[in-house]
Amino acid sequence: MKFDTPAGTNPIDRMKVVGKPLDRIDGPAKTTGMAPYAYEHHREAPNAAYGYIVGAAIAKGRISSMNVADAKAAPGVLAVVTASEAGKLGKGKYNTAKLLGGPEIDHYHQAIAVVVAETFEQARAAAGLVRVSYARATGRFDLEEALKTAPLASGSQDTPPKPDRVGDFEQAFAAAPVKLDARYTTPDHSHAMMEPFASIAAWEGDRLNVWTSNQMIDWGRTDLATTLGMPKEKIRFMSPYVGGGFGGKLFLRTDAVMAALGAKAAGRPVKVAMSRPFLMNNTTHRPATRQRIRIGANRDGKITAIAHESGSGDLPNGRPETAVTQTRLLYAGANRLTSLRLAVLDLPEGNSMRAPGEAPGMMALEVAMDEMAETLGLDPVEFRIRNDTQVDPAKPERRFSQRNLVRCLREGADRFGWTRRNAQPAQVSDGRWLVGMGVAAAFRNHVSLPSGARVRLGQDGIVTVETDMTDIGTGSYTIIAQTAAEMMGLPIERVVVKLGDSSFPVSSGSGGQFGAGSSTSGVYAACVKLRDAVAQRLGYSSADAVFDGGKVRSGNRSTDLAEAARAGELVVEDTMEWGDLDKTYQQSTFGAHFVEVGVDRFTGMIRIRRMLAVAEAGRILNPKSARSQMIGAMTMGVGGALMEELAVDKRFGFFVNHDLAGYEVPVHADIPHQEVIFLEEVDPTVSPMKAKGIGELGLCGVGAAVANAVYNATGVRVRDYPVTLDKHLDRLPAVA
Amino acid sequence: MPNSPEISISRRGVLAGSAASAVIAATTAGAAQRAAPATLAPLPAPAPQPMPVSLTVNGKVQRLSLDPRTTLLDALREHLHLTGTKKGCDHGQCGACTVMVEGVRINSCLSLAVMHEGDTITTIEGLGTPDKLHPMQAAFVKHDGYQCGYCTPGQICSAVAVLDEIKRGVPSHVSVSLTDHPQATNIEMRERMSGNICRCGAYSNIAEAMAEIAGENA
Ligand code: FES
Ligand code: FES
Repeated sequence: MKFDTPAGTNPIDRMKVVGKPLDRIDGPAKTTGMAPYAYEHHREAPNAAYGYIVGAAIAKGRISSMNVADAKAAPGVLAVVTASEAGKLGKGKYNTAKLLGGPEIDHYHQAIAVVVAETFEQARAAAGLVRVSYARATGRFDLEEALKTAPLASGSQDTPPKPDRVGDFEQAFAAAPVKLDARYTTPDHSHAMMEPFASIAAWEGDRLNVWTSNQMIDWGRTDLATTLGMPKEKIRFMSPYVGGGFGGKLFLRTDAVMAALGAKAAGRPVKVAMSRPFLMNNTTHRPATRQRIRIGANRDGKITAIAHESGSGDLPNGRPETAVTQTRLLYAGANRLTSLRLAVLDLPEGNSMRAPGEAPGMMALEVAMDEMAETLGLDPVEFRIRNDTQVDPAKPERRFSQRNLVRCLREGADRFGWTRRNAQPAQVSDGRWLVGMGVAAAFRNHVSLPSGARVRLGQDGIVTVETDMTDIGTGSYTIIAQTAAEMMGLPIERVVVKLGDSSFPVSSGSGGQFGAGSSTSGVYAACVKLRDAVAQRLGYSSADAVFDGGKVRSGNRSTDLAEAARAGELVVEDTMEWGDLDKTYQQSTFGAHFVEVGVDRFTGMIRIRRMLAVAEAGRILNPKSARSQMIGAMTMGVGGALMEELAVDKRFGFFVNHDLAGYEVPVHADIPHQEVIFLEEVDPTVSPMKAKGIGELGLCGVGAAVANAVYNATGVRVRDYPVTLDKHLDRLPAVA
Repeated sequence: MPNSPEISISRRGVLAGSAASAVIAATTAGAAQRAAPATLAPLPAPAPQPMPVSLTVNGKVQRLSLDPRTTLLDALREHLHLTGTKKGCDHGQCGACTVMVEGVRINSCLSLAVMHEGDTITTIEGLGTPDKLHPMQAAFVKHDGYQCGYCTPGQICSAVAVLDEIKRGVPSHVSVSLTDHPQATNIEMRERMSGNICRCGAYSNIAEAMAEIAGENA
């Protein structure tokens, strides 16, 4: 099915199952420990041996020699595979650095060997016996330094690396009566998902089965085939449950490659999990940014000029962190400039992490907006409202398909008690706490990817959906079941959903908040076909057949849905493809974050007291799981605002705090009750589901709302994330 | 090794180093490099001999013969195939591996299996099953106290144990008094749950699930 005209009324609009806050259908399995994650397929791959990865101890240079003899001779060891034993390997399309290094080393903790043994303990001990000597080369590890000579970069392959301009920014900025010119920094972030990267590989002749933890089954399968130099049809790639990804598991990583190579060498299934202290330098991270924002406005608060420039670094042939994207679309203003610079760094690979671009970009932009509002003497909610735009500022003929940012801000302000905020910072206290409130807009574009599904109507009347879509905690199992149930007129209990298997049709996968809208649309398309097939079997005209209450009705005839499969299971398959409505309309999601913090006037310690988000993302397919996406993102935003930072060792080129003790993320004590409100909307331009993504929207802007609240509490502006107490302690209001 | 950076680390540099662990890691990397001669063989360690251990897991006696280096976590996951207990870090930093030993929660990754001879262990599988959920499991489902589900068994085991700790009067860092009986307040529960990281950020919902169960028990 191709979606190229805005959706009219369709069965989803009945909202008997879709749109209901149903419990997740995978809940009982997850809460009882019955849901199998990557490393847990002992039934399917019995007798697996254990692989343990050895990582490079230098950031850049060469291995001059490697002694694996001791490791090979260690008790229980079945095989040791290094680059020289592995032979020629390809590099996946989505990988920047090679997944098995040697003799050249591209980054610290790049995998250089896998040791396979009978037990985990033996493999780990033997891995410690691999002796490596290196010739270290000089690496580039200092972003600040490298950006001094870094060239301009482009956020996508289709656009040249040059600044994006509308009007004449320089002239308008020079002429603006009120101005801001400020610099902001965000550090490297780690996804730190709770399930470490893990894979089990089992060969059957020249066929390979891989159970892994990956958000994008088809990308992973294709890149594994490229890496191993084999046809992808011979690989079955499976991730029925993914213990968190946040972008870190968008791509093939070395666990799958090492498991496949190890299994081949050992002649039996091999399971490999990355150790926590290894995975933070071995895998990808969100790159640090250095951002400069300039805003010029008239005294009435109308923006006349806005510029956002950002620099980041990555390995050679890497990608920039596109932190300026939202600034092209979020606020009005006739004169605009955005640009990216990309420095070459020899740190581990930078890549997508939840809301790549917008997450760090909004952390800066929405603080700049707060600063500008203060300079103008305007309330920051009002300042944003005054600069709302209903069109793409670069192409005024192109409207937003739907944009209720103003409503999000107004409703949020209302619910949060924003009028109680004192615009003058450092005025409100509650015992030892200085109390402040902050606001930020939330913004993230909607994206659709082609997505396929197979649906079966069994003789028992059960509808089974099969798609290689993944559920990374997002609720895919449940919203897909809701979609099929709604389409086929069944209660959700009569739908079975099977995900994360390359033997199912290729879906959008999970990422870029495209998963929910795309994958349910694929299921919608397949269900339209199934409805036709059912009608045909029953001799109904599919145009007027009504699927409801487990029955199919047409005129005054009515039949049990199961009846259509009496003569044999019905199986159909379809893929949703997309026209160019996203060119006609700018399709985005919006929201507003409100945060109240307390700052200890004596120690500078920051605590979150209240959080509220109001969000607009078209139809909300399941308000319960969508709300969880929001609160989870808000929690991650608190992490980015207050604690998360990969500390770079600029001499040796690695992230120092590479475990969960050193890389701090929010814990229970950091997060109070969180409130989320969804605007009741549908967006017929995006898909027949009329739903947009929500998983990243919740992260965009929340960090800035926290930082703005801290400023409102203390009167000290910190522009370098994370906002930790050492950065404002010496400037806090005097304690009487 | 001319110009190799580790030579420039002075003692002053070490003392002034903003991140002590950076210095340690760096010098270790350097040392590995200097110790490069690949001929220098390490002393062969004697192969560890398996040791017998018997555990009562979820009411069932399990007799195992284990490499003494095996953690309780790996004994459960890899030997008994009770994979509900998760490994998030293997270093006591995340709580995903929380189980109850003799009714008290521990990080099973920080404990060797052979230390638990004769111990009674309850894992997530011992609390309830999909058809017969433990009330805390049901509350997690109802309040959506999870997303990816990977931290969830640890959260649930901790949640059950936390309510029991409060009931038994064990104080915490945020308890107002060390002698008065603590109450299952939001802040008391959040403090005690803080060793269980949820990167999906389900905390607010977990707190609600726990409050519901705490309220029922009160
Ligand atoms: S796995 Fe034990 S605390 Fe993380
Ligand atoms: S549910 Fe994913 S880490 Fe907690």
